[in-house]
Amino acid sequence: MTTSPIQLGDVPNEHGYRPFTLGGFHFERDEHFVHVTWPTGRHVTAAEPFLKAMMRDVAWNFFYGTVNFDAVIGTLNHYGNVDLFAGRFNEEYRKAELDHSENFPHDEIKATFQAILNDWVNADFDPFAAPMETGSAYGEKTGSNTAAVTRTRIAAKRMVGLPDDEPLRSDESGYPVNRAFLDVDLDEPIVEVEKGYEKEVSAFNFFGYLSRSDVTWNPSVVSVCRDSLMCPTTEEFILPIIHGNDRVEWFLQLSDEIIWEVEDRESGKPRAKVVMKAGDCAAMPADIRHQGYSPKRSMLLVWENNSPDLPDMIARGEAPTVPVTF
Amino acid sequence: MTKYKTVFAGLDGYQKGGVEVINDDPKNYVFSNIFEVATKAKPWEKVAVAKNQEYVLEVIRAEGTSSWRATPHDEFAMVVDGEVVIDLLDPEQSLVDPSASGSIAVSGEPKGTPMGKITARRGHLALLPAGRCYRMRAEKPSVVLLQTVLGPDTVERWSEICQKY
Ligand SMILES: [Fe+2]
Repeated sequence: MTTSPIQLGDVPNEHGYRPFTLGGFHFERDEHFVHVTWPTGRHVTAAEPFLKAMMRDVAWNFFYGTVNFDAVIGTLNHYGNVDLFAGRFNEEYRKAELDHSENFPHDEIKATFQAILNDWVNADFDPFAAPMETGSAYGEKTGSNTAAVTRTRIAAKRMVGLPDDEPLRSDESGYPVNRAFLDVDLDEPIVEVEKGYEKEVSAFNFFGYLSRSDVTWNPSVVSVCRDSLMCPTTEEFILPIIHGNDRVEWFLQLSDEIIWEVEDRESGKPRAKVVMKAGDCAAMPADIRHQGYSPKRSMLLVWENNSPDLPDMIARGEAPTVPVTF
Repeated sequence: MTKYKTVFAGLDGYQKGGVEVINDDPKNYVFSNIFEVATKAKPWEKVAVAKNQEYVLEVIRAEGTSSWRATPHDEFAMVVDGEVVIDLLDPEQSLVDPSASGSIAVSGEPKGTPMGKITARRGHLALLPAGRCYRMRAEKPSVVLLQTVLGPDTVERWSEICQKY
């Protein structure tokens, strides 16, 4: 499929929302729902989960592998260009030949999604926030929340807190401790540095840093060892996407509990539930997709291998879909 | 307002979840608990709990004083239980090839310039900088999670630490 130019609708509908077209896909929203149509079908989904999913997709630059908004709509990242699909990872849509996929340059699909978020997210709704910390996504258009929908993802070059790297968080910098982490110790490590080694002798309160996160389900890079990235995140309620990774991904539950629903990456058929409590460590294989449920806001360490060679190695069968066999 | 209690775990208390299979093999998830691993480990053993190609996360039971180690690349030490003091040293002579993988033990006391020390407690993350040496000390049994590359003394015993059924 070749791409056609983006069309940003400039005439709002009776609810105040503009329509958008990207290639053969057309997006509209009303008070409650988002309607997506493509040459072979249509899909209707609630506005809140749709906007939360699209927000993660944009913030993560389409992330690793597949970002399923739900069982039908999603994106597949090819790093530089991105597939937008409907029913591609849904066995029944595939059988019925209702599925559809189009490839777009990264910048084009990102600009479209960003424009949709700018127009469809109302003033008091923050798609990154936990349900009890934000207003409603529903109703007629009332203003916009550009500050929330254009947050940049934090990505340390070496480690958060080093000189010339991502800063630590504080009340003063606009990151108060979250209401669910008021009991987390905020004391900093004792760092005694000899003169001349200020750029290398460094440590910080990682749990304290996470307790000040103002977003949910948004991994940010905190330390970098070659292609190994520690991407901690704070989680509450439901991961807004169903993530089908193109490589093995690891989770280390640092606090509280998350329940993961795991399905087959291609068909969506259920495979397992993974219950993770503080101290539990588990891999997510490269042939599944997963969605997490966090009853209380929790701290999760997501650990990624950022090597650009991995998806092709897995596709060619040179890297197994599980990290170790025993 | 609801008063939330954040649940952390440690050597003196952890609860384990697990893989509940619908149509799968639990071994695919390589599921372990880092505090169970640390409870059963010898002091300063570097037990891999996560591996992605050449990269690992290792659990280290910190107890007493470790040997000095030299690392060819940055490593990151997260104290996940107890308290650990990390001494850092700039060695007089390079002890590792910068293209090598994983830190190595150094015998005896390496010659060099002290860089400083870090006293880290549960939840603190410390940089162990590339090309330098470090040593860890813990008065009481503590646990460190190390972000590093698989090295000569990384211990892999997946069958013993992971859920199999
Ligand atoms: Fe994921």
